[in-house]
Amino acid sequence: MVYVKRIVLDVLKPHQPNTLEFSQRIAGVGIDYRVHLIVLEVDENTETVQIEITANTIDFAAVQAVIKDLGGSLHSIDEVEVCNEAEIQNEVEAD
Amino acid sequence: MFMLRRIKFLLDITHNRDIMRRYVVVNGFDGALTMLGLIIGFIVSEADDLSVIISVCLGAAIALGMSGLSSAYISESAERKHALGKLEQAMISDLRESAHGDASRWVPLLTALVNGLSPLLISLLILSPIALSIAGVPLPFSPLYSAIVIALLLIFLLGVFLGSIAQISWLRSGLQTLFVAIVTVILIYLIAGS
Repeated sequence: MVYVKRIVLDVLKPHQPNTLEFSQRIAGVGIDYRVHLIVLEVDENTETVQIEITANTIDFAAVQAVIKDLGGSLHSIDEVEVCNEAEIQNEVEAD
Repeated sequence: MFMLRRIKFLLDITHNRDIMRRYVVVNGFDGALTMLGLIIGFIVSEADDLSVIISVCLGAAIALGMSGLSSAYISESAERKHALGKLEQAMISDLRESAHGDASRWVPLLTALVNGLSPLLISLLILSPIALSIAGVPLPFSPLYSAIVIALLLIFLLGVFLGSIAQISWLRSGLQTLFVAIVTVILIYLIAGS
């Protein structure tokens, strides 16, 4: 089974909700979600942020829905880290 | 619970909480002063039919409520639509399905409710001794004078509330609003009484 472990997103968002609330809402998607948000650019009404999400299994659709609900617009997926858990299990067993 | 959290969130992202608080005080003060003015007017004109007095006051209270409701809804609705349009332009995307879209639909309604209910509820509280007297409940004082005491107390409390927001002396702020009410009473006595 292939799981998404880490994604880095480039998102354009309104100033409200602020970055703290924005990160908290994304982290609220799952219990083990860790969110690292960096503000890259600030304009009059918007800001461009880079959001790094790490979790055991990232539900990308749910993350996207939260970003949309908060008024954000996903520009690009800059980095992805996926993992095949079954393969790891097999490698561990082979060792 | 979810609904309350969502309302709080929508008010936060639109910064509307301060506006609503202002509406509570401004329109509540309007309601209280109007009722005070009407009751003093009845005392000055020596009207003693309580059912007529309460009908006139209720009419004014409902009109104040409706005026607050409709004016706030129309103005807030236009403001929120303007703000959403500006944000959509900046984001180059449709935000109708986002929290900002929800806010542009719900926040004007909530603001209108606060703006309309504030003078209505304050007026009803002021009119309660008159209603109790009509219902046959014995009161220690005349119903009109009891209503005046309640009106002055509520006006003082609105001042106290303002003082707590501004983080200044609650007593000074309460006395300031009470002073306005007393000046109003004196003016009515001087103008209508003569």
